Amino acid sequence: MHPAPSIIVFTVASGLGYGLAFFLGLGLLDPASPATGVAHVLALCLIGGGLLSSTLHLGNPQRAWRALSQWRSSWLSREGVMALAAFPPLIASALLSIFAGDFFWPLGWLGSALCIGTVYCTAMIYASLRTVESWHTPLTPACYLLFSGAGGALLATFFGAAGGGPVRWIGVAALVLLATAWGVKHAWRLRAQGLVSASTPETATSLGNIGRVRLLERPHMTENYLTREMGFRVARKHALKLWIIATIAGGLLPVLLLLCVLILAGEGGPFAAVATLLACVSFAGGLLVERWLFFAEARHTVMNYYGG
Amino acid sequence: MTSLPSLPTPKKLGLVIDLDVCVGCHACVVNCKEWNTGGYGAALSDQDPYGADVSGAWLNRVHTFEVVPPSGEVVGEAGDARIVHFPKSCLHCEDAPCVTVCPTGASYKRAADGIVLVDEDKCIGCGLCAWSCPYGAREMDLAAGVIKKCTLCIDRIYNETLEEVDRVPACVRTCPTNARHFGDLADPSSDVSRMVAERGGVDLMPEQGTKPVNKYLLPRPRKPLADSARGLPLAENTEGAKGFFAWLDGMLERI
Repeated sequence: MHPAPSIIVFTVASGLGYGLAFFLGLGLLDPASPATGVAHVLALCLIGGGLLSSTLHLGNPQRAWRALSQWRSSWLSREGVMALAAFPPLIASALLSIFAGDFFWPLGWLGSALCIGTVYCTAMIYASLRTVESWHTPLTPACYLLFSGAGGALLATFFGAAGGGPVRWIGVAALVLLATAWGVKHAWRLRAQGLVSASTPETATSLGNIGRVRLLERPHMTENYLTREMGFRVARKHALKLWIIATIAGGLLPVLLLLCVLILAGEGGPFAAVATLLACVSFAGGLLVERWLFFAEARHTVMNYYGG
Repeated sequence: MTSLPSLPTPKKLGLVIDLDVCVGCHACVVNCKEWNTGGYGAALSDQDPYGADVSGAWLNRVHTFEVVPPSGEVVGEAGDARIVHFPKSCLHCEDAPCVTVCPTGASYKRAADGIVLVDEDKCIGCGLCAWSCPYGAREMDLAAGVIKKCTLCIDRIYNETLEEVDRVPACVRTCPTNARHFGDLADPSSDVSRMVAERGGVDLMPEQGTKPVNKYLLPRPRKPLADSARGLPLAENTEGAKGFFAWLDGMLERI
């Protein structure tokens, strides 16, 4: 599948934003601290920026509002509805923290629940597609939710260290979520690599009872929308290197930095703030690579007709 | 509403494509583009149409496959490799995944005749329906920013201003070898249903659970090439020659 930058940026940015908003909604940081206020604003910016980025790949973005109508059948529509529903409680919580220095738990918890719902819907857009077998598994939403949670916990640890409150327990949560997320992602990848596709050129053409089917001529000499959108292969040859880069930047480095912080500066302070900020940046970079591979490595059934 | 019709549609209009007959001339592809670029919805645009990297939106494409039977690499050994031309357009599936994934309600399946259509005024061009289709039946029109797909030529098949013989999809009307047939596959007495029953029409990728309406008729078994070769007289063999040739053969033998 074609790794469209707008979708990669959207899923990574909104994942981080919803993750951070989730932890803010639990009320783990001091609502009166300026750092918490900045955290609220950053979460909303990541979410809003991600959603705007996602409209960039639309052919007719001015009609995007119509996507709210089909929530009964479409995960993409459900994602839109959930994203919009999450804004009022998240914005209200942010205003409450920034202007009143207060936290109102029913509002916070409602926002957190809607954050989980939105990320789940995003992941289900991919997991519901039978045509991309490596995505069509409950492990896909598990990965999206865990990565979102890990990123959110990392960011919350940073804002805690920057003055928002105690670092220790959020830091431990971030460690656990990071380890689980990469563990589940590893299982996801093993499953994807071991897949024996049910759909082959033989079933696609129904000529399997005559013999082995091989594409002789494409319908057109040049590329078309389908081969560009679903036949992406440029980076597959570097897949292993990129996977290692993703796990080091997105998993190993943040874990080591977090361990240092928890052992050396469990009560916060400048060292903890700088180290957790580095961990956040490294995680985001690793996740961009992970998301890029998520698309670039996925094989679409239609390629059975195109010899790919 | 992008939910599928709750009951099976009373009519299942669709195509039956005979892979035994198709010669791969691409006339259906060209006529489809010609008719539909001026018909239903936005024109089918091409990008860089006169350049080296031309591409565009097409609703019907013909692929060509080589099929090699087990141990059929050597001519005459176990079976012969054969070339199959493979026309492919929307299969108007009963369980069309492209309809239910649509976030806007632009993609829908008609309850009356089962045709899957796109309401282009509602389409936001997200492309998710194209991702959900295992057959590659939907393509984005890059100029209009909406998804284009086979309409089964709804502006022909119900068009009473056309002569009755023309009230079939453009691809069917134009096929010079009659490889494409149009009809109601829900009616067991229709020509297409009888054809499917007689020839054992098949679904493409049944494992995808889409229940396509369009059916494909497989190539008929072919006499091996080696059998045909055996019947041909060899140049060295004059056995069975008659008349003048028998006399000439005999005379030349004596010299």
